[in-house]
Amino acid sequence: MKKVFWLCAAIMIIVIGFMGAYIVIGGLPFFSHTSLIDFLLGKKWNPSGNLYGVFPMLVASLYGTIGATLIGVVVGVSTAIVLVEVLPRKIAKVFSAAIDLLAGIPSVIYGFWGLVVIVPLIDKFWGGRGAGSSLLAVIIILSIMILPTIIRMTEVSLRAVPHEYKEGALGLGASKYQYIFRVQLGAAKSGILAGIVLGIGRALGETMAVILVAGNAPIIPTTLVDPVRTLTANIAIEMSYAAGTHQQALFATGMILFLLIMFINFALTQFVKKGGRRSRNESKA
Amino acid sequence: MKVKHKDSLTRTLLISISLLTIGILLWIIAYIFVNGISHIDLVKLFPPMVSTLFIVVIGLAISAPIGIGAAIYLNEYAKDGKFVRGIRFATESLAAVPSILFGLFGMMFFQINLKLGFSMLSGALTVSMMVLPTIVKTTEEALKTVPTSYREGSLALGATKYATIAKVVLPSALPGILTGIVLGMGRIVGETAAIYLTAGTMYRLPLSAMESGRTLAVHLYLLAKEGISFDEAYGTALVLLVVILCLNLTTYFIGNKLNKSSSK
Repeated sequence: MKKVFWLCAAIMIIVIGFMGAYIVIGGLPFFSHTSLIDFLLGKKWNPSGNLYGVFPMLVASLYGTIGATLIGVVVGVSTAIVLVEVLPRKIAKVFSAAIDLLAGIPSVIYGFWGLVVIVPLIDKFWGGRGAGSSLLAVIIILSIMILPTIIRMTEVSLRAVPHEYKEGALGLGASKYQYIFRVQLGAAKSGILAGIVLGIGRALGETMAVILVAGNAPIIPTTLVDPVRTLTANIAIEMSYAAGTHQQALFATGMILFLLIMFINFALTQFVKKGGRRSRNESKA
Repeated sequence: MKVKHKDSLTRTLLISISLLTIGILLWIIAYIFVNGISHIDLVKLFPPMVSTLFIVVIGLAISAPIGIGAAIYLNEYAKDGKFVRGIRFATESLAAVPSILFGLFGMMFFQINLKLGFSMLSGALTVSMMVLPTIVKTTEEALKTVPTSYREGSLALGATKYATIAKVVLPSALPGILTGIVLGMGRIVGETAAIYLTAGTMYRLPLSAMESGRTLAVHLYLLAKEGISFDEAYGTALVLLVVILCLNLTTYFIGNKLNKSSSK
C-alpha cells in the first residue's frame, strides 16, 4: 500500500510539472513570430493585424495588483489588529467567522456585485471612458477579494507573538498601541508578509471578477477611471475563438503569468522559511 | 497625555476600518439577497444545477482519493527529504496557480489533445487538479491531530501499518478530511474561469459526462457579462450564494464538533 500512497503524492509533482511544461512549451513557438522584448513592451494588441504587444495588459495587471494590495494591506492589517487586540474574544470570534464567509464567496459574485454596484457608482461620480468599468473598479473588487487572506494570516501571526513581549513592552511604559505598532507587528512580520504575498498572487490571477468590471479595452490606462484589460482577462476573453499564432500568443501570455506566479510563490516559501528559522532559533535560546 | 490622545485616535481609526470590512461583507450579502429573492426561478436554474452537480461529483471522485492518499503518504510514511520537500513545493505551487491557467491547460490538453471535447468530464478533470492542494492540506492537518499513542497502541496489538492507518488513523481523522472535501466542493461550485474554458457554456441538461453544460457560476457570469437578464442574474447569484453559505456552515459545524470531541 505504501507504493499507492507514494504514487498519489508523486501525482502532485507530476500535475504541476506537466501543466507548467505544457503551458511553457505551448507559448515558446510564439517567440519565433514576435521577440520576447516586442511581446512584453509592444503597446498594440491587435490579433487580426498580427500585432501582439502585451504591455498594456501587463501594466493593467500590475496597477490592479499593486493598488489592491495597498488597500488590502492597510484595511486587512488594521482589521486583524482589532480582532486580536481590541475586541473581546467572543465578538472577535463572530467577526472572524464573518471574514471566513467573505473568503468563501465565489469570485464571480464579487464581480457581479462590482458590476451592479461599484461600476455605476464610479460612473456617477467620476465618469470615465468606460462608463465606470475601470482600473479603479478592478482595484476595489480585488482589494475586497484579498482581504480575507491578509486578515487571516495577520491574525494568526499576531496571536503567535509570545505574551512576554507584551508584558515586557507594557512594563517598560509603552502604551498599548505603541506595543502593537512597534513590537507586535515587527515580531509578526514574516507571517504578515506571507499573507500579503498570497494576496498578491490571488489578485494577479483573478479573472472572471475582473472581466466583469474592467471594461477590457487593451489600452494603457492613464487615469484611474480608464477601462483596462488584465493578462488573465486577455486569455479568458480570446481563448475561445483563437487559433494559430493568436492561440500561441495567448499561451505566451499564460506563460508570463505562470512564471510571475511561480516567482511569487518562490518568494513566499523564502519568507516562510525565514520566519520558521527565526522562531526556531528563538525557542532554542 | 499626548500618547493617550494619540492612542484613542488610533483606536477609533482601527475600529472604523474593521467596521468597513464587515460592512462591505454585509452589503454584498444583503444586496444579493434583496435583489435576488423575488427572481429565483428553479426551473430555469435546473440545468445549471445538474451541470454543477456533475462536475462536483466527478471532480471530487478523482481528486479526493488522490489527495487523501498523498496526505497519508506525507504524514504517515514519508521521512523529511528532497522528495517530500518537492511534494510540498508542488502543493503550494498548485494552490497558487490561477484558475485561468488551469482552464487554458484543460482546454488544450483534455478537450483537444485527449479529444474529450467541451464536456462535464473535461471540466471535472480540470477542477480536480485545482482542488488537490486544498484536500491534501486539510487531510494532512487532520492526520496530524490524531495522537501518536493511537498508532502505537494499534501497532503494539500486532496490527500492520496499513491496518492501523485504515482502521485507526483515518476514522479518527474523518471530520477533518470531510472538511477538506467540503472546502473542495465550495471551490468547485464557485469556480468560473477553468470550467468556462473546459465544460463549455451550453445551456442545457447534461445527461452524460461527455456532454457540455454550464454550471451555476458560469451561468451567472454569462448572464452578467452579456447583460441578457439582470433579474435572472440576481436570482442565480442568490442561489449560488446560498449553496456556498450552506457549505461553509457545514465545515463550521464539523470544525466545532471536532474541537468539542478533542477537548473531551
